[in-house]
This record gives sequence, structure tokens and C-alpha cells, in this order.
Amino acid sequence: MSFINYSSREINCKIVYYGPGLCGKTTNLQYVYAKTAPEAKGKMISLATETERTLFFDFLPLSLGEIRGFKTRFHLYTVPGQVFYDASRKLILKGVDGVVFVADSQIERMEANLESVENLRVNLAEQGYDLNRIPYVVQYNKRDLPNVATVEELHRLINPRSVPEYQAVAPTGVGVFDTLKAVAKLVLTELKRGG
Amino acid sequence: MNPGLVMYEDEFRQISGICDRLTRDANAKVVFLVDKNGQLIAASGQAQNLDTTSLASLTAGNVAAMGGLAKLIGEKEFPNQFHEGEHESLHMSIVGGRVVLVVIFDAKSSLGLVRLRVKKAGEELGRVFEALSQKQAAPGAQSPFAEITDDDIDNLFSG
Repeated sequence: MSFINYSSREINCKIVYYGPGLCGKTTNLQYVYAKTAPEAKGKMISLATETERTLFFDFLPLSLGEIRGFKTRFHLYTVPGQVFYDASRKLILKGVDGVVFVADSQIERMEANLESVENLRVNLAEQGYDLNRIPYVVQYNKRDLPNVATVEELHRLINPRSVPEYQAVAPTGVGVFDTLKAVAKLVLTELKRGG
Repeated sequence: MNPGLVMYEDEFRQISGICDRLTRDANAKVVFLVDKNGQLIAASGQAQNLDTTSLASLTAGNVAAMGGLAKLIGEKEFPNQFHEGEHESLHMSIVGGRVVLVVIFDAKSSLGLVRLRVKKAGEELGRVFEALSQKQAAPGAQSPFAEITDDDIDNLFSG
């Protein structure tokens, strides 16, 4: 749920990175954080376990520049991907403006991907959102690994709605900013329409 | 989808005024107001040395988690929370079901005083947010972003 502040001339939006455990959601945010100029970013917060698995969320505030005198700020969140953290995932989707689904391209993770998309659909619906209508992009991550499914296969299984999709290798940044830009653009377009 | 929160100059002045007064009346170090989704709305007091963006996000996460716990035990929510530190303490209360009023205070104040002042400020803030949501829902209130063109959006990403 966006927050438009006429007083400070700011517009704030919330983007959530969703996906199965170890698909690279946190890595996406870490890359964005590492490559963004200091003046355009705030502190990145990771609420993680001792083994660096996301426990509650990662949070990264970003400024993207101005539109007609309004500073556009995006708050990026990740959810904990592990199945048993479902209660926390639901909370993080509250007030979301746009979703990135990060899929793990490895063939053996296909079932986890599908389960996670379905979980996203259900959890969004609980908050009153429809996955078929919300600004949504899909990222096929880990394209550098040897045992990956083809993009056609991933598309057929994970992206039947044919939303914008990107191939990525998050640790080296391939596709990371393309994904972010695409979802940010969809969010702003939705705002323009008065969503 | 739920409409987003829109803040106008008039209401922002009123809200800031209430927060400033609460800071003084409660002898607080910092008072800030956060949307339940983690957006900072206003900050008052010695907020300049604080990472208010992170504070806002973590406040919302905390309130959301406590709300989840409340539901598990059959409560609607926990409208007030108090966290006591060695030097600084933190009081959070939910206002109008939509925003969280956070007061950070030290030994110069007390929980009793903070609770008393927060109650009054919360009622005042509740009225402002009620008026704000009516203003937003009023017929003819179009999306404040409607005048923006596709080119404006493209230009943001062309750099």
C-alpha cells in the first residue's frame, strides 16, 4: 500500500521478494545494496538466524529519483522462504504494492517453486490481493548452475500469466536490476491508474 | 486493492503538532508515527541521530508479529506494548487501527506519564486520521498520481 506524502513530496512503495528457501531473495537485495550509491539507499536490515537464513525479513530502503517533484522511495522486503515460516510470510505481504517471485532454476527445486507460488497466491488472497492483478514479475535465478530447467519449462510452470520474466545470477548481479526496475515500473503504472 | 495512504499539508501539520506536544508533555526523547506497513509518517524530538526508516520498518514488523500472536490466543491485537531497556524504553500504541505511535523515553520520564499522554495524543491523532481517510474517500478525490505520464515513469529508469 503506497504512501503519498504531499508535505514532504514523497511517494513510498513496498516491494516484496517471494520464493522458496535458498532461491536467492536475500542475495538479490544484497546485490542491489552493494551496487547502489550511498545517497540513494538506507541501511539494509536482515533479521536472520545464526546460520544466515532469513528469520523474519530483510529490508532495504531505496530512492529511485524524482517524478514531477515527488521523490520516489521503494522499500524492498524479502520473506523467509522456509516452509514453516508461513505466519511471518503473511505478515510481510501486508500493504505490498508489487511482488517479485524469485524461482530457483534447478530442476530439483521445481516442486518447491510451485509450492511457493501457490503459497504466495493464498497468502496474498488472505490480505485481499489477487496475484493475477497485483504488479508482479518473475525471476529465474541461478542460471549459472549446471542442472537448470529450460526457460520455456520454467515459463510454462511458473509464469502462465506471462508477466515480465528475467533470467538471473543474483550473486554476480545478472538480471537483478532488470527485475527490480520492471516491478518498480509496474508499481508506478498501477499508482498512475489509481490502484 | 486497498487505496494507499495519502498525506496532505494540513493534516501533516496537525500530526506534527500533536507529536511535538506529546514529546514535551511526556518528557520523551523521540516520538514517531509509523504506518502499519512500515512507512514513517512523522518524527519529533531528538530524531536526527536515529535511523528513522529502519525504526519504522522494524516497528511495523514488531506490531505485525505481535498482532499475529494476539490472534493466536484469541485477541484482536495488542494495542499497547512496552519494552524496557537499561537506559531507554519504548512504548508503542496502535492508533485508529492503522498507525503506530512510538515513544522513546529515558529516566527523565516514566511509563505512567507516557501512557497517560499517549492516550490523549492517540485520541487526537485518531480524529486526524479519520478525517484523512474521509478526505481520501470523498467523491472526486482522484489518484494524486493520475497526471503522471508513461514517459515520466520511463525517464526514471533511463539513467
